[in-house]
Amino acid sequence: MTSANDMTQVIPQAADYVRILPEIVLAVFGMTVMVLDPFIEERRNQKTLGIIALLGSLAALVATLFQSQYPGLGFWNMVQVDSFSVFFHFLVAAITAVVILTSFEYMKVQRIRAGEYYALVLFGAVGMSLMSSAVELVLIFIALEISSISTYILAGFRLRAAISSESSLKYFLLGSFATAFFLYGVALMFGATGSTSITTIANALHARDIPLLAYIGVALMFVGLGFKVAAAPFHVWTPDVYEGAPAPVVGFMSTAPKAAAFAVLLRVMFQADAPGRLWLIWVVAALSMTLGNIGALVQDNVKRLLAYSSIAQAGYMLIAFGGLPNNGIAAVMFYTASYAAMNVGAFAVISHISGEGERFVTLEDYEGLGRRSPLLAAILTIFLLSLIGIPITGGFFAKFYVFSAALQANLVGLVIIGVLNSAVASYYYLRLIVVMYMREAREDVPVSPIPIGLGAALAISLAATIYLGVLPGRLLDYAARTATEWAR
Amino acid sequence: MSTALDNSMLTLVTFIPLAGALLLLFFPRRDRDIRLFALVVSLLDFVLSLHLPVHFQRGQTAFQYEVNNLWISNPNIHYHMGVDGVSMWLVVLTTFLTPLCVLISWNSINERVKEFFILLLVLQTALIGVFVALDLFLFYFFWEATLIPMALLIGVFGHGRRVYAAVKFFLYTMVASMFMLAAILWLYAKTGTFDFVSIQTAIHNGQVENFGGAATWLFLGFFIAFAVKVPVFPFHTWLPDAHVEAPTAGSVLLAGVLLKMGTYGMFRFNLGLFPEQSRSNASWIMVLALIGIIYGALVAMVQPNMKKLIAYSSISHLGFVVLGIFSFTQAGLDGATFVMLAHGVSTGGLFMLAGILYERRHTYEISEFGGLATPMPVYATFFMVIMLASVGLPLLNGFIGEFLVLSGAFRDRAVYGILGATGVIWSACYLLWMYQRVFYGKVTHPVNLSLPDLSGRERAALWPAAAVALVMGVAPLLWLNAIDPAIQTALAPFAQLASKMVGR
Repeated sequence: MTSANDMTQVIPQAADYVRILPEIVLAVFGMTVMVLDPFIEERRNQKTLGIIALLGSLAALVATLFQSQYPGLGFWNMVQVDSFSVFFHFLVAAITAVVILTSFEYMKVQRIRAGEYYALVLFGAVGMSLMSSAVELVLIFIALEISSISTYILAGFRLRAAISSESSLKYFLLGSFATAFFLYGVALMFGATGSTSITTIANALHARDIPLLAYIGVALMFVGLGFKVAAAPFHVWTPDVYEGAPAPVVGFMSTAPKAAAFAVLLRVMFQADAPGRLWLIWVVAALSMTLGNIGALVQDNVKRLLAYSSIAQAGYMLIAFGGLPNNGIAAVMFYTASYAAMNVGAFAVISHISGEGERFVTLEDYEGLGRRSPLLAAILTIFLLSLIGIPITGGFFAKFYVFSAALQANLVGLVIIGVLNSAVASYYYLRLIVVMYMREAREDVPVSPIPIGLGAALAISLAATIYLGVLPGRLLDYAARTATEWAR
Repeated sequence: MSTALDNSMLTLVTFIPLAGALLLLFFPRRDRDIRLFALVVSLLDFVLSLHLPVHFQRGQTAFQYEVNNLWISNPNIHYHMGVDGVSMWLVVLTTFLTPLCVLISWNSINERVKEFFILLLVLQTALIGVFVALDLFLFYFFWEATLIPMALLIGVFGHGRRVYAAVKFFLYTMVASMFMLAAILWLYAKTGTFDFVSIQTAIHNGQVENFGGAATWLFLGFFIAFAVKVPVFPFHTWLPDAHVEAPTAGSVLLAGVLLKMGTYGMFRFNLGLFPEQSRSNASWIMVLALIGIIYGALVAMVQPNMKKLIAYSSISHLGFVVLGIFSFTQAGLDGATFVMLAHGVSTGGLFMLAGILYERRHTYEISEFGGLATPMPVYATFFMVIMLASVGLPLLNGFIGEFLVLSGAFRDRAVYGILGATGVIWSACYLLWMYQRVFYGKVTHPVNLSLPDLSGRERAALWPAAAVALVMGVAPLLWLNAIDPAIQTALAPFAQLASKMVGR
């Protein structure tokens, strides 16, 4: 500990700024987009602002790579750069880039003004990145708010559709409620341990008997984060919000904020070694998988179907929290990455097919897609197979690591529930594949050719999905470093 | 022969079809060329796969042509392949049937030809992979990989209720294999390896923690996945649907090879990893097998649909295989393996024959035919030979296997042998009765009078099946002398078990 009158305590050093470099980059680009918006003529601003935003996310990727050379704490021990935060920074920036690529075409087709949209995506990414590097609960809360508020607004961006405003409002009201839970949990945790710093909390919890307050604090924080990752029983908002929000935004908010919230959960559960987590996880994981999959069985709207599927997928991820740190953490991280690849990709396809005003989003509209657009159908099929968990896709190894982490902690019951659930889940993903390939083509649903931005987005997601399915070792090894770093 | 070739042989045989499929992806849509290319690829693969039996060390009991490379370090997954006498012949069966499938689909598939042959070749790779994988993970990988092309073959290229059949097929096998995945994961969690041989040794030496409590569940986890695939009664309901709706090539591979994945799995994994549990569960499994034999035969008897009849006959024949495997006798297991091969050839042949008729009349209803021997004499002769092989006439391939299985079952418990033997009689009844209704008597429907006899291409597809059926019946030792050592190795733990029990 440095003394109180040391200058470094008061004035942030250059090293401190390196610790939040990706966030700074994203924020600067976001503000640039907002400032430029009024100066660029209406016709051209779509593309220009989109490209600036894309550059912003790519710059954030570079900043993350640069930052990874300088691990350590910054800003009075509030942010920490470690392999964990680098992993999630990279993931969030990559998702942002792919979503922006998807949005080019979408914004044009839907005739939505681009300016604030791209800025909000970048601001959201700032919050999500910060969530993964913050090691202080109040900062985590602020980051969570930055990320949430951006996504609330993004959900309502289909200005002409009432359902989109409904989605935004619903998300906002329930989301604020959930963050309040989180904040309450933080307050109780502070009461129990006298600190909001995750490492101090971990030490305090190890040092003496765990007070009841700490259990309640953990449970309340879990409620707040459970809402953000759409885990049952805090999932009721998900289908409505996903149905109303613009399709690329759903691709974004079903992956990036979810990954960030899982990052916070990992910090709270494993780095702070939260007490009493096992039963919480058991119940919530089992509920999420079961309710999500059962709900998905009867959906006819593709966006709602994937909403329920994302609830179930959150359940699978939660299983790994029951595992031991040495493989549980890596399993969750791997899952978030491969889930991001397949889900962003799936929503990219959906946003392309949905057409103006998102008219074509029911299962019927996908009839005969295998004939009308063999390439899109094949790509979507691969993402769906990955969501089922079929080998040579990332989704397979994701499930695999999660289940094997839980088995090593002897959670046989939970794994059996998970395995049965993934069997049930294969039914509704398969339904979509069947509709695409085995029904007669519908002529009244036009499929336009794939524009270059969307093509790039699809190529990246597809490559990531297959790469993680064939050579998962490197990413997993990288993720596994976290456990050793935290154990020190 | 160079060892380098030996080492890469399994990889080549497994992945040549996949490579062919990838090349087809970039082929121009000229249907004739696509068909020709698929035929060349599958023939090449067949010729290469013949290297396996030719250079096989007959006396040796260990796995041969092994390759073992690290694929993924965490989890510890190896690219480990190898064959013994049983799996080697199943590989050759697969490569033998695929060119015939290409030939038989020449004209019947005339829409989306490219996709069809891509799926067929991908399916072939997955099927071979299942038989050669010695890493449990790799095995599961190929196992699941067979599902998608097969389901698509049925669902896209099949007949009337194809979608229903494809989804049913997919879900049945998918759900069942989840149990196997859970068991594999458990084994990995406790042993830290997926390697079949290492896990087998660890179990044998009692080094697996908590094994005693979990063993029965693990056994059942594997068994249920295999039982659905075989299919063992009462998990058989997907099979008739899948067969009736599948295109001919799909049916040939489904009956000829896919079902054997189940029985092969029982032999390799249920017996190989859990000898004690196999022993203690054998009685009810054998009862199910007997029910399958008799029930399958009786239901086949009353089918008005030719393809459904053959499908139910498969359930009956595969019952013999299960009966032989769980008799734990040398003769029983030798016979079971031989039935697997024989059934692949003869039932594959029957499905091709049914498909040929369907191409001409677009129906499988037996009542639509009658007196076909008059307009189609060559066809009737082929049908006769292959049908008699399926019935189990001595000198044709069906007889040897069933005889061995029955003698094994009889040695295990006489009543099993006796009940099983009735299955042979039933199969003679339903097949001969079907033959009589289709081929003898007067031509009842005038359309049938003008049916063309077999074309040269169709003969080319049927000749190999008929010839092999005869050779297998006359010289079974060509096959059995490679199968025998593998069975001996598999049965070694059972001899120890028996002596342990006697010792007590």
